[in-house]
Formats: sequence, C-alpha cells, structure tokens
Amino acid sequence: MSEKKILTATEQPDTGSALKKSLEMTSADVVFEVRESEIRGRGGAGFPTGIKWNLAGAASGSNKMVICNADEGEPGTFKDRYLIENYALKLLEGMTIAGYAIGSSHGIIYLRAEYPYLIPIIEKAREDLIRENLLGENILGKDFNFDIEIRPGAGAYVCGEETSLIESLEGKRGVPRNKPPYPVNSGYLFRPTVVNNVETFAAVPHIILNGAEWFQDLGIGDCTGTKLFSISGDIENPGVYELPMGSTIGELLEAAGAKDVQAVQVGGASGATITADELERSLSFDDLPPGGSVIVFNSSRDLMDVLENFLEFFVHESCGQCTTCREGNVRLLDAVHLIRNGEISSMEELEPFFQLAEVMKIGSKCGLGQTSPNCFIDIVTRFIDLPDGKGGA
Amino acid sequence: MPNISVKINGTLTSVREGITILEACGTAGVEIPTLCYHPDLSLAGNCRMCLVEVEGWRTLAIACVTPVIPNMVVNTHSKKVRHARRTVLKLLLASHNVNCPECERNKNCELQELAEKHNITSNEYQTSPKPESIEEVSPGIMRDNSRCIMCTRCVRTCEELQSVAVIKPVGRSSSVTISTFMDRSLNDVPCTQCGQCVIRCPTGALFETSEVRPVWEAIENPDKFVVFQTAPAVRVGLAEALGLPIDRSTGQMVAAIRGMGVDRVLDTDFTADLTIIEEGHELISRLKSALVDGDESVALPMMTSCSPGWIKFIEHKYPELLSNVSTCKSPQQMFGALAKTYLAGKEGIDPAKIVSVSIMPCTAKKFEKERPEMRDSGYKDVDYVLTTRELARMIDEAGIDFEKITEEKFDRWMGDSTGAAVIFGATGGVMEAALRTAYEIVSGQEIPFDGLNIEPVRGMEGIKEAAITMPERMATGFEFLAGVTLKVAVAHGLANAKILMDKVRSGEADYHFIEIMACPGGCLGGGGQPIPTSPEIRQKRTESIYAEDAALHFRKSHANPEIQLLYAEFLKEPLGHKSHELLHTHYIKRD
Repeated sequence: MSEKKILTATEQPDTGSALKKSLEMTSADVVFEVRESEIRGRGGAGFPTGIKWNLAGAASGSNKMVICNADEGEPGTFKDRYLIENYALKLLEGMTIAGYAIGSSHGIIYLRAEYPYLIPIIEKAREDLIRENLLGENILGKDFNFDIEIRPGAGAYVCGEETSLIESLEGKRGVPRNKPPYPVNSGYLFRPTVVNNVETFAAVPHIILNGAEWFQDLGIGDCTGTKLFSISGDIENPGVYELPMGSTIGELLEAAGAKDVQAVQVGGASGATITADELERSLSFDDLPPGGSVIVFNSSRDLMDVLENFLEFFVHESCGQCTTCREGNVRLLDAVHLIRNGEISSMEELEPFFQLAEVMKIGSKCGLGQTSPNCFIDIVTRFIDLPDGKGGA
Repeated sequence: MPNISVKINGTLTSVREGITILEACGTAGVEIPTLCYHPDLSLAGNCRMCLVEVEGWRTLAIACVTPVIPNMVVNTHSKKVRHARRTVLKLLLASHNVNCPECERNKNCELQELAEKHNITSNEYQTSPKPESIEEVSPGIMRDNSRCIMCTRCVRTCEELQSVAVIKPVGRSSSVTISTFMDRSLNDVPCTQCGQCVIRCPTGALFETSEVRPVWEAIENPDKFVVFQTAPAVRVGLAEALGLPIDRSTGQMVAAIRGMGVDRVLDTDFTADLTIIEEGHELISRLKSALVDGDESVALPMMTSCSPGWIKFIEHKYPELLSNVSTCKSPQQMFGALAKTYLAGKEGIDPAKIVSVSIMPCTAKKFEKERPEMRDSGYKDVDYVLTTRELARMIDEAGIDFEKITEEKFDRWMGDSTGAAVIFGATGGVMEAALRTAYEIVSGQEIPFDGLNIEPVRGMEGIKEAAITMPERMATGFEFLAGVTLKVAVAHGLANAKILMDKVRSGEADYHFIEIMACPGGCLGGGGQPIPTSPEIRQKRTESIYAEDAALHFRKSHANPEIQLLYAEFLKEPLGHKSHELLHTHYIKRD
C-alpha cells in the first residue's frame, strides 16, 4: 500500500455538505454511521469513537460538551497542526456533527500552548462557517445551535490525557482524574463530555458523506480508515503522510525516503521502538501504536542518548500525582545513568528496573505513566550491549 | 442499592452495589494497605498502595476508588499485586527522608508500618541520595517536606474540612511539593494553625512545634513555680496517645503530671466554667441592649471565642463579623491571666517565677499564646503550650506507668470544675454549658432538658440548630426575655463554619448565639490530639466526654465552688472591671 489521501486530499468535499447530510438524518443515525465505520480514536488510545458518542448521547445531564483535543504534545507529532493549518473547516464541521449527534451546543478546542499561530486560522474558519449558517444559531435553518471556542493550554504534556485536559479547562491543575466516572458521563464541569482528537473529528465529515462501509474498506480488520503519520528523524522527506490503517512501517519509511535505519520509534516517546528487522510490522491498534509520531534513527545514533532524552522528557512531564509515575521515571532515568557509568553491567542487575517498568505499566493512574516505561524496555532489551555480553542487538 | 456478588481471593461475597473494592474487601475481612486514603476525605487514588488485580482488566485497579461491579473477580495477593505494593513502597522510601529515630512520628507512621509489614529490608531503587530535612516553622505547626510522600491528605483536609485551602501541590513530577501561595511560610498565609493536616499526615511531614524541652527545663529549675492546666479534651485523648484504649483518664493524668515534678496541676475546665459565666452574661447583656434598648450597634448573633483556629479564620476571612465574636478570652488565656495574678496571690508566689504551661488538644493554642494581646497579667499569660501528644511523650520519658498509676485530684484554687466545663471538649459543649447557666440566670429555673442533656446541640452533624423558648415568668431584671425564643446554632470544622458565616453575612441567619469549633468533632478532634483520627475514634472520645460530664457532682458552671470564691474574693462580678482587664480581649483584621 502507499499513500491514500482522504483527510489530506487536495480536493475536499464542499464545506458543510457532510453537516447538511447529517442534519437530514436523526442524531441516532449519525451516531450509528460513525459507530459502523468503526473509527477508533486518532489520539493514540484507539477507543471506538461511535461507542463514545453513543455513551455521551445516552448519558443523563444537560449542557453536553464536545471537546477537541488539540494538545498535540507527543514528541515528534505534528499531524494535528498540519490538519488545523490546512483543513480547519473540516475539523469544525466534524465537531459540529458530533454536537448534533450527542445533543450538545458547545464545543471547545483545547489547543496546544505552542500553537498560538493557529488561533487566527481557527477563528477565520469559525467566522466563515457562521457566515454560511454552518455554525452558530439555528444551523441550516434547523433547531440546532452549536458554537466552538478556543482555549489554549499552558504547555503540560499530561494535558493531552483527556481528564487532565478537562481539569485544565476548568482552571485547575492539569492532573488526571480517577475513572470511573468517565468523561462521557461526567466530564467538563461534571457534564457529559466527548473528547476526541483533531484527526478523529476531521475524519467524521468523510465518513458521513461516503458511508461507514467505504471507511471500513480503507483500513484493515477493525482498524478502519486512513491514518496520518508525522515522520521525522533520519529520512529524506520528513512530513505528514496519510496511509491506510494497517500499512506496514516499511511502506511508510519508503514513502518518506528512509535509507539507513537502525531503529524506528513508533507512536511517540511512549510508543514502541523497533529494529530494522521489524519493518513488516503494521501500523494498527493490533500491532504498532498508530498514534501519529514516527521517528527514524540511523546507525550513527546512540540509542542510549535517545533513551536518556525520552526519560528526561517523562521525568519533566510527569504530573507528579501518582507514585509510580512520579518516582518511577526518575528511577528508570537513574538506571540509564548507571548503565552509562558502568555501575550496572548485567541484565541481572537491571531486573528490578524491568520489574519497576512493569509495575508502572499496570499501576500508574493514566496513560503517561503506563506507557513511559516502553522506551526503557524496548531500547534496553533490543539495542543495548551490556558489558556481560547479554542484552542488546 | 441491591446486593451483588463478587469474588474476592476465590471466595464469593455478597456486597452492596456501588461500594468500592476497598470497602468490599473490608466486609470480606481482607486487608488492603492504603496511604492516601482517609475516611474523612475525598478519594485521591494517587499513592497506588491499594492496587489489586481484577480479572480481565489490562491494568491493576486502585481499591479505594474503584466501585465493585457484579461478578467482579478481585485478587489482592497475586504476584502482580505483591510486586506492585513492594515497588510502590520502595519508590516512596527511596525519596523519603528516612531518619525514623529522629522523627516525631517514629512508631506511629503509616509508611514505616507498611514497610515493616511488607518486609522491605533493602531498596534497589535507592539510586540517588535521600532528601535532607527542610524544616519550616510556624507557632503551631512545623513542616518537613523531605518526609512528604505526596498523598495530599493535608491538601484535602485544608480544603474540604476547613475551607482554608492554603496548601496545594506545586510544581510537577519529582519536584512537586506541597506548598503555599508563592511558597510563603505558613506564617504569611491565612493558615489557621488548626493542625487538622498534622493529624491526617501519614508520615512526619507535618507535626507540632514542640516545646517539650523548655518545659522540662522549667520543671528542673528550682527557682521556677511550674503550673500546668489541662484542657477538657486532653483527658479523653491522653490514654490513647500512650497506646492504651480510648477512655477518660483524668485522675491518672493529674497523677502523671504531678509525678513529672510539676508544682501545681490545675484545670482549664475551671476557666471553662469561668468562660460560661462571663460569656453567658455577655450574651444576656447583648440581648438586652438589642431587645430593650434598641441599640442597633450591638452585634448579634454572638459567636463563641474559645477556638483559636476559628478566631484566626474569622480574622482572615470574615473580618466584618469580628464584633459578633464574644470578647471573652479562651479558657486557656483566662487561666493564664489568672495564674499570674489571682493564683500568685493565693499561693503567695512572685508571678515572675510562675511558668504557666497548658496541655491542649490543639496546635492553634500555640499560636494563641503568642498573640500580643495575651499579656494582661503583666507577663506572658501562658508560657508554653503542649499538645496531648507532647504530654504523652513527656510521661513516657519520665518512665511513668500510666496504666498502673493511682488517680489523683487537681490542686486547689483553680482545680474545681463541673460537667459543663468538660463538655467544652465536644462540639456543642460550649453551647450546652452556656444554655445550662444562662437559662437559669434569667429564669431562675433549670433548663427543661432531661438530665440537663441538651441533645439537639450534641452529635456529629456538621451544623446543628436549636430553639429554646424562655418561660413566661422570668427572674427580676430579665422580664424582657419572657417568652422569647432563643435561636442557636453550632458548627464544627471550618468548612461548616464558613457555611454559617455566609448565612450570617447575607442576613439569612437569625440566630442569637453561635458556637464554632475549628476542628471536626470539636476539641476532642483537635490538631494536638492522638494520631490517627477517624469518625469512629472521635465518636468514642465524645462518649468519654459525656460520660465524664454525667459522672461529675456539679453539672452547671455557676455551681462551681471555686468560681464562686473567685468572684467573691477577686473578680467581684461578671463583666466587672477586673474581668475586663484580665478576661476579655479584642480581635484584629488579618489579610
């Protein structure tokens, strides 16, 4: 497979056509269509969007909320920025359709602090839509109101986690909540809330216009549709690529022009790190996390540098709330220093740190602490040569 | 909620739907270790100590937060769970300033206890040095963040129970700390010094500012005449602080203090009775000015002034209501002012030689005694304040066997007290004591409650209300109160005080008299009391307090013979010249 541009196609369906079609359907039918498409959340966790909408739609409570997670903070990810820069109208249309589907009249875009230059773009799209009666009061003459506001974040990585994002939106310290309750039942200001990624919303108009079956056919198995990837690192053509879900990492690398590959980081710092022997593995929720970021490291790179850098990032970005993440990342980083200093020289000595990594994965409060040890496990077991000859490639 | 069936460690159990795994395990007799969980507080779920395995779940579940669902299969001692618990403990210990023998909480520390229970004898995660002590001092409370495990119990206490919210997590990741606005000292924020955070801290990150050393030095100095006063709630907390079951231990307490070498063992209960006389007359006088003289400048409802945490709270948060607060000093400070005047005269001792020490269930009392207004005797009225816990440490250090000691009585002049005084230790107690006396002063009859027990103001309800209608026939001079219904309210815990104050400020409340205690449960739940605390523990202490009341010969403050003597010989009359000089005070607006 090679590139398949849908969300990033030059020719886009007319603005508002999907919304118009949606408003001619019942809200339940819109949810049904999205559910049938089997689209899964494009932020990385891959929760089925239709189920989320269905739960929020069915939840009791008024003033339901549609929140767009545009806090694109995973190192090496820039696909949402690209979508907003070029396809803001589709994002806003997707959010409006979500509002209609779940019975909400209020949308918020939580925008990454480092993206302030996108605000005028979104504002202009909003004004254009209002002028066309595609946003605001009595949209397309129907008894449906929906508007969208932009709220910039403040730079914390953890606020990409949906409950931290909600806390931050409420003006509080951005730290994850305990679940349950889930946002679909009690989210922003205790209201039923749908939080979806930019790319998820941007895909919705295409699903509505072309149908669930068409979307399913684009992907593989229950990983449907196309997916955007931000690829960077030691390649000739870094940038955003759109490929069918289930494409192999090799296909993506080929498209981006990768020549010398030692390792590939897939799904960001919290994703998986694979070797050049694993390029047949697929980008899907069943295999390599298709969150969005792909970073290529050539043979000149010392992966201990990479690992140290990632762990420094997590030590810096842990919110500090739960013990395993707050203390665990520090100890994993310490272990890296001990390896580098030669104070740890065998896999046996590393065993407690692998055990720590496992506890972090199953014992941390949110996705940050649950995935931050991945880089440690992957890089230390696959790429590092310890003096005792064990471990590493 | 109906019952559902869950399987815990292989055993099917029927539990109420909607309860947490922790609660379900409790019913099933399965113990789950916890740290951030506290029965008085909201659920944080941040320590990860209570992780358990739920069949079919990708991650472990935290038992304290996760509700049980039908047919849930829970395992609390699988390999995964055991590893997780040990790892969490080791991570906490690795960044904890483990200087246990020097720690105030040694042998009464939840982290230490869990480490021992889980047999943590080595720590692979000690990959960098432990933090060093970083002490911060305020009059009542000290902090050492190097012992903090970020459970946030203190933060939740300050916000949820006390509506004070001066401490919060600041910063993130491993550099997160519990701190104040702009990292200020507790002295420079509206901290009430109530110490509720101290009694909920699982480790020694928060503790009282100790004065044990100067008190020993005073006792050991032959030139000093050391006078102790003991607050009502101390006698129902001391046994517990010494590791014994919760019970009242007044006689043993007196004997133990005397055994430590103290010159006079006297009772704050004596000045509690005195407070009732002064405050009761103040209330009647305010009512008269308002009802008879039509004086609109008289502030009603009148509010009690015994609780120094409450006083600091209102000074910070509701300064416009300060004229509503009774001008009576707290019993501790009345005692202090009398010890260096009246008692000095009675004992024939130079007041300059008197060292006045009070034993309090309270950390805010340490702040109160430092207030510049509290020097009306011509000296510092109270020199040192020790918490119940500090007294227990001194008794231990003195080698006194509290269980075997023979009960003794308080010394004379300021040692008599009544049941009305001892109930100052429980929420509603001051109100009940005041009503017992005030009603009788104005009507000439006993208050019409069975056994003088004014049940509507007792108990753990956060805000309690009562209305007492005065009889038609009143004592001479109080006819203006005939048939008047006196409306009163009682709140404990500053979050409840805030609710009442908002109503008073908006004019929504039409009470005549309000009792406020800063601490949940009243003084028996004070920040200087034994650790831990819980609703059950406070309930038991409350029962001890009322048992003490019922057992005392005199139940009404005005019946106290030594109080009668004090007025006859020294004060002359309630609200008189001498009273104003020594027993009344004023308050200040604080930012």
